[in-house]
Amino acid sequence: MEQPFLISPAPHIKDTDSIRKIMFWVIISLLPAGLGAVYFFGIRVIWITVASIISAVITELICQVSMKRSIRITDGSAIITGILLAYNLPPEVPLWLPIIGSFVAILIGKMVFGGIGYNPMNPALIGRAFLTASWPAHMTVFQTLPRNGTLSGIDSISSATPLNLFSETREILLHTSNYTTEQVTEATQAISELYSTHSDLFIGRIGGCIGETSVVLLLMGAVFLMYKRIIGWKIPFTYLGTVAILTYIFGGTEGLLTGDPIFHLFSGGLILGAFFMATDMVTTPVTFKGRLFFGTGCGIITVIIRLWGGYPEGVSYSILLMNLTTPLLDKYTKPKIFGGK
Amino acid sequence: MFYTKRFRGGTHPPTNKRLTEKYPVENLPHPQKVIIPLQQHIGTPAIPIVQKGDSVQTGQMIGKSDAFVSAPVHASISGRVHAIEPRPHPLGKNLLSIVIESDGYDEWIDTVKPDKNFMDLSPGDMIHRVQEAGIVGMGGAAFPAHVKLSPPPEKPIENVIINGSECEPYITADHRLMLEKSDEILSGVKILMKIFHAKRAFLGIQKNKRNAIRLMRKKTLPERNISVVPLTVKYPQGEEKQLIRAVMGREVPYKGFPMDIGCSVHNVGTTFAIFEAVALQKPLIERITTITGPGIRHPKNLRVRIGTPFQYLIEYCGGYTGAVVKLINGGPMVGVSQVTSEVPLIKGTLGILVLDRKTANLKPQSPCIRCTRCVDVCPMKLLPNQIADFVEYNRIEEAYRLGILNCMKCGCCSYICPSKRNLLQYIDLGKALWHEKQEKMNQ
Repeated sequence: MEQPFLISPAPHIKDTDSIRKIMFWVIISLLPAGLGAVYFFGIRVIWITVASIISAVITELICQVSMKRSIRITDGSAIITGILLAYNLPPEVPLWLPIIGSFVAILIGKMVFGGIGYNPMNPALIGRAFLTASWPAHMTVFQTLPRNGTLSGIDSISSATPLNLFSETREILLHTSNYTTEQVTEATQAISELYSTHSDLFIGRIGGCIGETSVVLLLMGAVFLMYKRIIGWKIPFTYLGTVAILTYIFGGTEGLLTGDPIFHLFSGGLILGAFFMATDMVTTPVTFKGRLFFGTGCGIITVIIRLWGGYPEGVSYSILLMNLTTPLLDKYTKPKIFGGK
Repeated sequence: MFYTKRFRGGTHPPTNKRLTEKYPVENLPHPQKVIIPLQQHIGTPAIPIVQKGDSVQTGQMIGKSDAFVSAPVHASISGRVHAIEPRPHPLGKNLLSIVIESDGYDEWIDTVKPDKNFMDLSPGDMIHRVQEAGIVGMGGAAFPAHVKLSPPPEKPIENVIINGSECEPYITADHRLMLEKSDEILSGVKILMKIFHAKRAFLGIQKNKRNAIRLMRKKTLPERNISVVPLTVKYPQGEEKQLIRAVMGREVPYKGFPMDIGCSVHNVGTTFAIFEAVALQKPLIERITTITGPGIRHPKNLRVRIGTPFQYLIEYCGGYTGAVVKLINGGPMVGVSQVTSEVPLIKGTLGILVLDRKTANLKPQSPCIRCTRCVDVCPMKLLPNQIADFVEYNRIEEAYRLGILNCMKCGCCSYICPSKRNLLQYIDLGKALWHEKQEKMNQ
């Protein structure tokens, strides 16, 4: 006797990849940077990250239960939000900060819009923006000295990250008339020393947020994700390329075409942002051209904020702003249909 | 290595052709009973021209229609007409079918005889023989072949493209046919070229059939205007428009047909059937099909009489291995899942696939995470995720503007989706709703 057959439309086979697998590989790709941070900033990094993850997952669970939606916390997306938020915090923040940050990230950034797939902006960056606005003292002060390294990249200055220092010195050098000769000399020396810190920036022997400092470890994860075809080249490469070109043209202190693009690529959260946050699937365009525009837009906004804005760092706001253009980009960059004109 | 040609988009489902690709085609013993549906093609159904109780011979025409876009059906065994009644059809629904009980002799009708001078026939006579033989596209679409062979005079066909890509996973019927009947296929190609007065013919074969490429290359060596084109292994390489794009490097215009750019595409199975119809005057009463899948004990390639019930074929292949989840007429990407194994094999059945629970990969749908995989694989360059979203919220107008009618239902989007969204199902629904809306507006 035959049992009843299952009836469904074609196709009858499906790829074995699933949301959970994608999220798992993203988590794996974020691990090297996290382990590096533990090495550079100490064991405290683990507690911050774990607190952030637990808060994100529990918030999502509470939201799904109270909204009477299916429980999807096991898909791993909340874990990634938790990790990314923790990676965007300075290593000495009190433990309640990541807990509140993740709560806001998941609640305001994701669940009020309907959960996974429906959030317009990157939840982790919403959490970070919220924390920066609410507790700027905790979010912008860096004190933990990385192991074998310096906070700012320069031995003599220990009050700021490389980008802070760059921002301050550039301000002085562009408006020399407002400052004393001593300050100007100091700034000239500082910026030339900054430009010689590439290897420290690459390895991560400088101050900054937990997960953003080590370029090499982040790139390892990024290469892995590209190999797995979870992220493409379009957004990260256009993003980094735009930043490199614009900072080379406008980023210098002695006029046009004197900037140091390598310094800008390696410093701050650019690598973390370009490979792990600007590539967030849900909040980026689906079309080929849309992704190119998206990456370019992120690059332009980042450079504007870094060079002319009030903040030394512009990665997170640039991605958040470009997230909002995603529906428009999708609408106006529809591909030409096969056989169409 | 072969230099291969490709199209943009598409996906790489596991081909699983190892199950059967090495097995030569076996002749299935004739069944006791065949069920021959009067519609096995796109177009007007045939009308029965025999009565219940009549005795029929193998190859005798038992149903035909006066409409041009239609194909006659023939008795595939000799015996007695047992019933003319609606029976379950592999494409869904119950359709009027002629049931023939075998007399065990398989006596052929005397009009089936080889014609040595078939190449001297005029194109019109050739098309007539094809039409009388009831030949339809054997790659699954089942469009009457004689219609395709009669393009309007203002659309000359310069290039005949023979589709031997067989991109559908699991299925190996065309592969075996090319290996075992290469001379006949080549003659079929020449018949097609004569019918169209075509200048060139291309035989596109996917690279995973190396032995078929080598054999066909050897056979076509003396022919100056017939060439073998190795193709990248990718689904849907065998879709008409994608095949033309890969072979010719040209796109069939939107809403157009291959004849608009001077091409005509025919499956190798159809080419072989056309050869048999023209040279042997043999109607289409049998075809090669692949009985395969993890749910079948002994997967095989079989030469089967049209109308043989699935049940008989499955028993011949050793029955099921265990719990069966799906029984499919055709391959896993575009096949139709069956309610019952009583349905008969029809002209377009390229294979019968039996899936177990593991291969069917039945997972619930999750929300779209906009991973862009469906956009990347869509061979028609549509945005499947957005179209499906619009259909889900009943915004058919927007779905139409995104080009929903261009979808040719290859199923790549549904296959690749990590959220397991049934994108193709939404798109199909959207098309149906759109047509319904248009009808209402026209009333």
